[in-house]
Amino acid sequence: MNHLMIAPVLLPCLTAVLLLFLAKQDKGIQRAVSVLSTFAMVAISLALVAQAGQGGYGVYALGDWPIPFGIILVLDRLSAGMVLLTSVVAVGSLLYAIQGWDLKGTNYHALFQFQIMGLNGAFLTGDIFNLFVFFEVLLIASYGLLLHGGGADRVRAGLQYVVVNLTGSAFFLIALGIIYGTLGTLNMADMAAKASTINPELVPVLQAGAFLLLVVFSIKAAVLPLYFWLPGAYRAASAPVAALFAIMTKVGVYSILRVFTLVFGPEGGAVANIALPILIPAGLLTLGMAALGALAARDLRTLLAYLVIVSVGTLLVALGISGQEALAAGLYYMAHSTVVVAGLFLLAELIKDQRGAREDTLLPAPAVRQPAILGSLFFLGAMGVAGLPPLSGFVGKALVLRSAVDSPHMGWIFGVILGGSLLSLVALSRAGSVLFWKTEGSGDARNPAATATGGALLPVILFVGFTAILVLAAGPIYAYLDAMAGQLADPTGYISGVLGGGN
Amino acid sequence: MEALVAIAVGALTGCGIYLMLRGRTFPVILGLSLLSYAVNLFLVSSGRLTVGAWSIITYGQERYPDPLPQALVLTAIVIGFAMTAFVLVLALRANFDLGTDHVDGVKGSDR
Repeated sequence: MNHLMIAPVLLPCLTAVLLLFLAKQDKGIQRAVSVLSTFAMVAISLALVAQAGQGGYGVYALGDWPIPFGIILVLDRLSAGMVLLTSVVAVGSLLYAIQGWDLKGTNYHALFQFQIMGLNGAFLTGDIFNLFVFFEVLLIASYGLLLHGGGADRVRAGLQYVVVNLTGSAFFLIALGIIYGTLGTLNMADMAAKASTINPELVPVLQAGAFLLLVVFSIKAAVLPLYFWLPGAYRAASAPVAALFAIMTKVGVYSILRVFTLVFGPEGGAVANIALPILIPAGLLTLGMAALGALAARDLRTLLAYLVIVSVGTLLVALGISGQEALAAGLYYMAHSTVVVAGLFLLAELIKDQRGAREDTLLPAPAVRQPAILGSLFFLGAMGVAGLPPLSGFVGKALVLRSAVDSPHMGWIFGVILGGSLLSLVALSRAGSVLFWKTEGSGDARNPAATATGGALLPVILFVGFTAILVLAAGPIYAYLDAMAGQLADPTGYISGVLGGGN
Repeated sequence: MEALVAIAVGALTGCGIYLMLRGRTFPVILGLSLLSYAVNLFLVSSGRLTVGAWSIITYGQERYPDPLPQALVLTAIVIGFAMTAFVLVLALRANFDLGTDHVDGVKGSDR
């Protein structure tokens, strides 16, 4: 059996345990261990992407229990791609964190590695209760990371974030109970095989379970009306944590994608395509409201948090259009938006530190100390997020819109996506001009030590540069994503591949 | 028997959600605990209720209850226990840092 598939879960877990033992040691050793492990994680995820690129489904049966009964990990192109995306964001976030943030509380690196473990496990698992367990792992690590650094604002935002997510977990369990009670299995491939042949009396119950599951994933993905926890939480988080959180909403989108194309997908019988009518309206409403929220934001980090929600809305629209072309477009857009927003969150803190008492509120303040580098990075990042050519935001949005041309809701989709882009563009331009050009007062109020070092700028440059790579290598990347979407559009292939033991 | 369990789950969920919508942190945590009791009871009942049979293979026993929901409930209880401990300490810390135990985190939020 190919044991590389369990490495994305085992490696961060063992690293975190090692870091807990090293908690009293010199910080340099902890940082070295954490960085080495994260770079190894990137290498492993590249190997997994190469393995999954050969087609077919890799199946790893934990404990070697027979397949529908035990817990399995499934490696297809989507899981491998999401693990790679997680590793890329984690590397950047960690490189930023070792510039000083990791010293502001205890056990930052151990919590970080546990978070990576939870994310990788959630992307790789093929069992829905195991998905719940990995959700909990990543959530509890995120609670610790969100509160890292302390302070009244963080504790306030943290308490609200924790209570919302605990409620979501309770609902997740109710949904799992309903689904297990009706389908009799927790293995996702087996659920898909059984969903079309259940007793007709149980169909309404299963539908209720499916929609409750959609609600739970929507809480995680920050879909209207369940996104109100996000701006406060992301604004209060420290910069490397906020950058890592850029991928947390994508876990919710991934779960919707996986469960509602596979189990409740086109082959589902009485529950086929059950979420499809809701996804486009939900996505458009989320996008619209979040664009308005971005316009109303009073500081840069709240603005960026609302732009995260805008990207989630666009992704849901792409999922709702369904079909291979729309899914490929959505996956390209997911990769782009995650990385560019992570970079912008890191940049927001660099800007905030250099503006003195005004921090990152969108009011005139003394000029930043390094306007050239910070300004140009902000300009590139904002171009990426708003969807201006030639960066990857434009390519992603154009792909999504192109896939919407044949949809019956084409008018609404074009209108709201383009309108949302316009509003985000206005919000970002206003933010940029206030932060860099509308300066007032002298520089005496600034923190004299706040100069962005090369080490802090490197992850920002890497993330913003990633958008350039996404454009320059768009051909091969889109080909891989198209094959990924092809696998997703073929649930029968998944079911027979996984239940047959994989290859 | 199913009616009794259903009524219990419903009552616990109702009380839990009512408490979670209160304005102070401690009732919210109590509400989360009640909700998690309801959820665990619901998970056990998802394997159908069987009276007078246990999940261990025994000579002469024909009906067996479903052992998988029992494993699921154990997992859920353990996770819930850790989360409750965490959120309690967080609420205490919030009360200390913010000077109030109101869920908005702002003193004088009540009207």
